Amino acid sequence: MERRTTFPGQLLPILLVAPQLALTAVFFLWPAGQAIWFSTQRQDAFGLHTEFVGFENFNDLFTDPLYRDSITRTVFFCAAVAALAMGVALLLAVFADREIRGRTVYRTLLIWPYAVAPAVAAVLWLLVLHPQIGLLGRWLNRHGVDWDFRLRDGQAMGIVILASAWKQVSYDFIFFLAGLQAIPRSVVEAARIDGARAWRRFRTITLPLLAPTIFFLIVVNLVYAAFDTFGTIQALTQGGPGKATETLVVKVYRDGVVNLDLGSSSAQSVILMGAVVALTVLQFRVLGRRRAD
Amino acid sequence: MRTDWVAHAVLLIGVALFALPVWLVLAGSTQTADVIARGELSLIPDPAGLGVYADVLFHSGHGTSPVWRMLTVSFGMAVCIAVGKIVISVLSAYAVAFFRFPFRNLAFWTIFLTLMLPVEVRIIPTYSVMAGLGLINTFTGLTMPLIASATATLLFRQVFLAIPDELVEAARMDGAGPWRFLRDILLPVSAANVAALFVILFVYGWNQYLWPLLVATDPSLDTVVIGIVKMIGTETATEWNKVMATAVLALLPPVLIVVLMQRWFVKGLAEADK
Amino acid sequence: MATLQLQGLSKSFGEAQILRSIDLALADGEMLVIVGASGCGKSTLLRLVAGLETATAGRIVIDGRDVTAVDPAARDIAMVFQNYALYPHMTVFDNMAYGLRIRGLSRAEIASRVGQAAELLGIGALLERRPRQLSGGQRQRVAMGRAIVRDPKLFLFDEPLSNLDAKLRVQMRAEIRRLQRRLGVTSLYVTHDQVEAMTLGDRLLVLHGGRPVQLATPMEVFSRPADTYVAGFIGAPAMNFLPAELANGGQAIRLASGKTFPLPNRFPGGLVTLGVRPEHVALAPDGIPLQVELVEPLGSETLIHGRMADGAALLAKLPGAAPVGDAVSVTLDPAALHLFDRETGNRIEPVPAG
Repeated sequence: MERRTTFPGQLLPILLVAPQLALTAVFFLWPAGQAIWFSTQRQDAFGLHTEFVGFENFNDLFTDPLYRDSITRTVFFCAAVAALAMGVALLLAVFADREIRGRTVYRTLLIWPYAVAPAVAAVLWLLVLHPQIGLLGRWLNRHGVDWDFRLRDGQAMGIVILASAWKQVSYDFIFFLAGLQAIPRSVVEAARIDGARAWRRFRTITLPLLAPTIFFLIVVNLVYAAFDTFGTIQALTQGGPGKATETLVVKVYRDGVVNLDLGSSSAQSVILMGAVVALTVLQFRVLGRRRAD
Repeated sequence: MRTDWVAHAVLLIGVALFALPVWLVLAGSTQTADVIARGELSLIPDPAGLGVYADVLFHSGHGTSPVWRMLTVSFGMAVCIAVGKIVISVLSAYAVAFFRFPFRNLAFWTIFLTLMLPVEVRIIPTYSVMAGLGLINTFTGLTMPLIASATATLLFRQVFLAIPDELVEAARMDGAGPWRFLRDILLPVSAANVAALFVILFVYGWNQYLWPLLVATDPSLDTVVIGIVKMIGTETATEWNKVMATAVLALLPPVLIVVLMQRWFVKGLAEADK
Repeated sequence: MATLQLQGLSKSFGEAQILRSIDLALADGEMLVIVGASGCGKSTLLRLVAGLETATAGRIVIDGRDVTAVDPAARDIAMVFQNYALYPHMTVFDNMAYGLRIRGLSRAEIASRVGQAAELLGIGALLERRPRQLSGGQRQRVAMGRAIVRDPKLFLFDEPLSNLDAKLRVQMRAEIRRLQRRLGVTSLYVTHDQVEAMTLGDRLLVLHGGRPVQLATPMEVFSRPADTYVAGFIGAPAMNFLPAELANGGQAIRLASGKTFPLPNRFPGGLVTLGVRPEHVALAPDGIPLQVELVEPLGSETLIHGRMADGAALLAKLPGAAPVGDAVSVTLDPAALHLFDRETGNRIEPVPAG
């Protein structure tokens, strides 16, 4: 894509773009390069001697059942968060799109959670679901549920999914609402006149026309769940109990910062980088093609 | 118009789902710590308990700074990141859209690359780079790595590419050079985008967790988000009402900004991805 | 085959009353054009009949069945929208087949119906394309095709030609008329364009401020407009209106300038508004003196914008290329004068002879 009308001169633009390029080089390219470099190194037990080991770190990871578990766990977690957040958001958006009284108020009240930090969202839900102090937590225990997410794996995963999805619904809601409003009203009316009732209209007209938004949000939600949820998980379970909520990003942190295993965590970072690149390229490819429609 | 009961019901449940945790925490913050610890939290706030906010704002907790200091750090960080990102993005997008220079495409794709490298993916190496530059435990270290990424650049580039040719030609005929054009025409035209991005980036900066956790070991550099997670760290000695009050303070500023600037924000968000 | 009846139909949005008590009866196969300026309520009326809005009062009866409370999906009607409203993600074929599939018709039946309609409209070659690949005129035909295959009781047209360029509009106008006649489906057509109204309607309903002002055939509306609004709306260039008063016991009319004309009949009343179409103003010696302000030669006619002695403006449409100077003298054809009550604007009929 290019402009037809531009300004002459070459020194000025180079100067203008230099700051960002410099920052990119220092804070992205160099660390990325370092990550790749470290991923091929292994330190001995005392951290004194490092040696080049090629792809061994990667090999170890992929043959490590714990790492593979982490992958499965992360995939499950991301899918659950995306499905939950998008499902609830779509439901709310469909109703917020209707012409009812006070809909601007509803929209404001459904948008503000976007501003809550993932870590703070976790704290909120912790305070609600805590077995001793949380109103909901105590209620669950009183009614026969053996509720303590600090001890039970399934519950820990549940609460982490809940808190992560809760925070993301607003973002999805905004996009779904915009997508719904982009559908011309007359097209939906034409469907009504053609004899389509509400559910059929939703299935055959609304959803297909919403497809680009849905696809875009799937990618965004998956990336969010994979990376931005670090704060949420740390605040709620720190990846525990045991490894029950240790997603890939938590594992990178644990191995790298807590256990100081530089080689392994760098290799994990490189793998994650690869995954993000793949997802982003996929997203631009598909969306770009659709945009050309 | 017939009232759409189903719509109201669904939306009200949705609103409640979002409001309840916050309300609970807000109400809880005004009650005493032992009431909460016993689990007898009431949903009705106690006006007498509002003193907890002053307490939490001005006094240190266990290993945490007074909240006012944390709020200041958060605020400074969020504003720096938002402003910093907007400034360099506008400049870069301007250069890439309005000029032709060697390696322009390379420059653009390099910047674009950063989109695919969220901080969580490069934490260890970035940390070691920062350590090498002596930026650990500094405010600069907190903000710099978060200023560099590409989302804002992409958005501005899109906006700038869409500026009608006639506008540029008219300006040039009026004798405006590149700086004038940027200042007098491009920026005012993009004002709504800038406003929307400010909201988005402010929230982004305020809500950071992983990076500040790594880079700042000195409690005086804790953001309020870091602070609150620290507070719930040791459960035995926690004064829950203080934790709740801090949580409310932690989410208030970004929520206020989003609510007040909602219209621009929603517009900007919907355009930001495309 | 169906008749349409509207009984006492009204619609208000909160405080604003958009439609006031409309009564209407369409015969089977009739095409009624609802015409009026923007905001007169014509689209609202159409949407009420379609079921896209609910009436505040009154009944809608299609083919003897009261559908006032019935969902649009069940009314067995078809509508052509102003912006065509084609389903963007479906092919032309699927667009037309959509309603039929919902009704559960067999694939063979659907293919046959769509095929026939496509041939009728000349869009057979476009069946596999998507709306974004079509021109405005083609989209319009697909929209009509979608309506035709349904074989509905009623056709509703919501200003379907407004988004087309002038030349296409003329062509499509004729096609719509031919189609409607051939298929014999009862139709309601809404437009603000008086040329469309005149050429398409078996009858016209002129709406003004939500009120029905005149319901009659096009020629009737043209030659005997019910009030000054209809008179000024139908016919281009618009009718001239001059303040006047009846004289000579209602047998003559006196203009503000004092000029008096005899009338072919006797009319009741005093102060009136005199209406005369520009084509009924002719050059004549010893007539009304007119100061010429602007001459517009159209080739087949000449429009003269003039001003009378008392300052009132008068537009004359003269045949051919009439050479004129700074001032001319004109007369008004006495047989083509319209008289309206000065206050109410309603048409004044002559007192019956004898």
